[in-house]
Amino acid sequence: MAQTYSNDAFVAFERVQKSYDGETLVVKDLNLTMPKGEFLTMLGPSGSGKTTCLMMLAGFETATHGEIKLGGKPINNIPPHKRGIGMVFQNYALFPHMTVAENLAFPLEVRKMGKSEREAKVKRALDMVQMGAFGGRRPAQLSGGQQQRIALARALVFEPELVLMDEPLGALDKQLREHMQFEITRIAHNLGITTVYVTHDQTEALTMSDRVAVFNDGRIQQLAPPDELYEAPQNSFVAQFIGENNTIEGVVQQISGNRAVVRLDSGEVIDCRPVNVSKVGERTKVSIRPERVEIDKNRLHPDAHTLKAEVLEFVYMGDIFRTRLRVAGTDDFVIKTRNAPDQRRLQPGEMIDIGWLADDCRALDA
Amino acid sequence: MAETSTNGPMLAADGTPLKQSLAKALKRQKRMALLLIAPLLIFVLVSFIMPIGSMLMRSVQNTAGTDYVPDILPNVVVALEDWDPATGELPSEAAFKAMAIDFAAAFENKQHTQLGRRFNYETPGMSSLFRKSGRPISRLKIDQVTDFKSELIGMDKDWGKIEYWATIKANSGYYTASYYMAAFDAERTLDGVQMKEPDQRIYQKLMIRTLWLSALITLCTLAVGYPVAWLLADLPLRTSNLLMILVLLPFWTSLLVRTSAWKILLQEQGVINDIWVAIGFTERLSLINNQLGVVIAMTHILLPFMILPLYSVMKTIPPSYLRAAKSLGADNTTAFLRVYFPQTLPGIGAGALLTFILAVGYFITPELVGGADGTFISNRIYFQFSSMGNWGLAAALGTIMLLIVLLLYYVYDKLVGIDNVKLG
Amino acid sequence: MKLTKMMMTTTALTLAAGAAFAESHGSMAGEMTVVSWGGAYQNSQVKAYIEPYQAMNDGLKVITDESSAEAVTKLRAMAEAGNITWDVVDVVAADAMRLCDEGLAMEIDPDTMLADAPDGTKAADDFGDLMVSSCFVPQIVYSTTFGYRTDLLPEAPTSVCDIFDTEKFPGKRSLEKRPIGNMEWALICDGVAIDDVYTTLETPEGVAQAFAKLDTIKDNVVWWSAGAETPQLLADGEVTIGSTYNGRLFSAIAEQGQPIGMLWDWQMFDLDGWIIPANLPAERQARALDFLKFATDTQRLADQAKFISYGPARASSAPLVGKHAELGIEMAPHMPTDPNNAKNTFLFNYDWWASYRDDLDAQFQAWLLK
Repeated sequence: MAQTYSNDAFVAFERVQKSYDGETLVVKDLNLTMPKGEFLTMLGPSGSGKTTCLMMLAGFETATHGEIKLGGKPINNIPPHKRGIGMVFQNYALFPHMTVAENLAFPLEVRKMGKSEREAKVKRALDMVQMGAFGGRRPAQLSGGQQQRIALARALVFEPELVLMDEPLGALDKQLREHMQFEITRIAHNLGITTVYVTHDQTEALTMSDRVAVFNDGRIQQLAPPDELYEAPQNSFVAQFIGENNTIEGVVQQISGNRAVVRLDSGEVIDCRPVNVSKVGERTKVSIRPERVEIDKNRLHPDAHTLKAEVLEFVYMGDIFRTRLRVAGTDDFVIKTRNAPDQRRLQPGEMIDIGWLADDCRALDA
Repeated sequence: MAETSTNGPMLAADGTPLKQSLAKALKRQKRMALLLIAPLLIFVLVSFIMPIGSMLMRSVQNTAGTDYVPDILPNVVVALEDWDPATGELPSEAAFKAMAIDFAAAFENKQHTQLGRRFNYETPGMSSLFRKSGRPISRLKIDQVTDFKSELIGMDKDWGKIEYWATIKANSGYYTASYYMAAFDAERTLDGVQMKEPDQRIYQKLMIRTLWLSALITLCTLAVGYPVAWLLADLPLRTSNLLMILVLLPFWTSLLVRTSAWKILLQEQGVINDIWVAIGFTERLSLINNQLGVVIAMTHILLPFMILPLYSVMKTIPPSYLRAAKSLGADNTTAFLRVYFPQTLPGIGAGALLTFILAVGYFITPELVGGADGTFISNRIYFQFSSMGNWGLAAALGTIMLLIVLLLYYVYDKLVGIDNVKLG
Repeated sequence: MKLTKMMMTTTALTLAAGAAFAESHGSMAGEMTVVSWGGAYQNSQVKAYIEPYQAMNDGLKVITDESSAEAVTKLRAMAEAGNITWDVVDVVAADAMRLCDEGLAMEIDPDTMLADAPDGTKAADDFGDLMVSSCFVPQIVYSTTFGYRTDLLPEAPTSVCDIFDTEKFPGKRSLEKRPIGNMEWALICDGVAIDDVYTTLETPEGVAQAFAKLDTIKDNVVWWSAGAETPQLLADGEVTIGSTYNGRLFSAIAEQGQPIGMLWDWQMFDLDGWIIPANLPAERQARALDFLKFATDTQRLADQAKFISYGPARASSAPLVGKHAELGIEMAPHMPTDPNNAKNTFLFNYDWWASYRDDLDAQFQAWLLK
């Protein structure tokens, strides 16, 4: 991605804390910088603090401690309507008593823009979301997907430099959602807008974002591009939260460089890549992606450790096969194999050896 | 898949036309629905529609007691047919004779005083004449009297008053406009129907005052109730429920108690005036027994009727609208005026309509705290009904008020649209 | 026409509905509905003769109703609906005359239906002039008069015309919100002779004269519509002088010990008494007549005066008036009939008001609105 950032910290959270009741922190010591033009997603389970962060950025919540900066200037004391941030709400928040065109003209009117200019901008914004013919309709006369497009157009029509989206696709069905994911990223990138996107749907986060901030318990667990997040989770929460993941617990027996030997609780010993374990004797959760598990011994390194596995269940899923195994005392070890002509279809009850590249097996915090 | 034939009507599975079997199925549903609402329908008919119909009838029926005037005075009506009061001459001898005959019959049926009271509504003095003439006329030997005119006038000189006879002639039909004339402050004179002197036009004044004060009260309830409803809609449910109880508290106290409490608070030697004087003012304020008192007390009493519809409408407006408006660049005032307020219009409409119509019909509170200049038209309607027994005039006034309210409702519908009224 | 009748009946039914619940299935020994004004007054009736009568008639159930203020309207409605649920009704004389005229009250023959005085005086003579209607059995004489705050006025008013003197007697006045009484007092205080009051009021000039006199105090008047208002207004110091029924003032003065004095000058006499609705079923009528004979005898009327300061309507009761049942004070000096109190009085002119009330009331209302 070749992008030139005029400012690497266009949006910045500096040691931000937020508490609603004065007893517990919803957001704990948040630090985050975002370059201009980036599409950043805040991902996390509900209650993880992601929406609160978004609302603080929009100005609807005030930070209890710390500073939020936009374009280098602190905005803690600037009211929301002066921040010039576009926002798309979960339920779209289209004004029901105005037509689509009036909804779009609203931000322009409050900026005292002339009528002809206003109309031109509204038209352009509607065309951008392919809703040019719907200007005279009321929001209630539109489908969910159409409302979503209008909400997007309204957040963009006044050309903000930053757009916030709060789970904007939550109410749509799967197909429409996928289509809109594509649509939103296309528009955001075309316009070069900086976007902060909040969702609890990891697929959405992975497919849309330049970077994803995984939230849990009021903290960012990992901030990284999607591929890195998936392939190199920094801790067991991220590993669990992003994509499907197999976890086996054990104790670190030996560490040297980028290799660690872990003795699993069932007694077997495996090779891993130490990620956030540092010393021998430490407990660890070992994480392996289902598609990185190898069942063909010939394709493994001759020295690689293998584990005995019993096939419990085989599910045909079209493009892939999903097989559940009993491995090292756990019943829910899942592997995914590609549906290729030479691929084996495992039978329940079958005993097999499984293995993986040591780099794909990450020893994380317990 | 599609079995429908391209030509000819759609058929149901059993071959009957689809429309027919649909109608049949719907008919059963409709009959069921009618059966379910039948008790309410009958109740409304008996307790609401029929009394209102009866009121409309009363306002035009020319009755004395339960019978129509021309049925009590059949001969007089005929005898007065050709008489013209404008000539300035008394009716013919035949009319006097007819009066003697009809009057004696009316006395027999104890109708003569009711007849007198009926005419007295228009011409003071006739009630007294009819009462006093009862026994003497009934004692007349009809076939022995030769000159009824001098006989009657000799009995009471008031029988020689042309305006009395003119009143009788003017009210000799089965139906009369005189109640409506009175309700519009007009009167019948020997020169025809004329408006009363401007300073005697009480019903006009009272109607205008009733509408004006009701509108003012509605505005006050809106001004006081809107922020309260907003607060209620905005607060977490537990807190708002508690506050809601406070709002509804007035409902749990009797109307009389509440009104009396206002008297104690607002009177010249009352709590508020005592505080006023204690602050250092010397002049005590007149806060009650005038229009101000009515507005204060009724605003309080009708407040819940404004808050409840407002609250239920506001509750349905998600806070994200205001946030959206602000994120789009609107300051607090603009966001409120352009986004929040328009969405509460249905609630304002419902609350205002409810409050206004209730206010127009109120009479206990204006009676108790209204003093001389704060009474409503309903006070006069009640007074005419229960104290004066002039049901015709009460009905005419009631009908006019009903029509005015319907008219306002119609105007409201045209301006705002009645579909825009929401109770929640 | 049929529809009309039906509608009229409906209205009547609706109006009578409230009373209809209390329908009495009376027989001579069953139950009886007594209608009165409520409050201390109805209480005095219960104490003086309803309870004694019940004691004499074991098992008689007496239902009390407080609808006397609307007696005429309700009786009309009941008659229209053909279902009269009241047996004995306490009304003011003017209402009794109306009901009698309209055939809604039965005629009472004082010789056969009422008790003679203990000394043998016929009932008709004992009641004398107070039998203003052939359907009406007088019970008490009351008067509408003025009370004043003894502590808030520089001196005690002695004449009714003192209400028009706001300089000598500062403070607000409370007057009844109707022309009756006020118009007469205004004319008397404007120099019209008592005998000419009503003839003057028949002319537009006379009405204007009365209003002109009332205009002089209009800004200082609090208008009342319920008898209890004036005693309360006096007690609160809202007004310094106010008109009301003398019994109400008596209870404010004697029973509650308020600093209120009573002005006896040109007070307006009125009568209150019983009627029996016409066309009652025979056994209910018999019961009602039996009760009425007992309740209006010499002793019972004198007994009532122990509880309320209204004068008994029978001449023979006056000497028997004793002390207040609870306070133990002599009641006679507090009666409107006491010679000391009755120096200047005028009797409410029923007949005249029956003719002019509609008209004067409209004019009075118009005057209030000005």
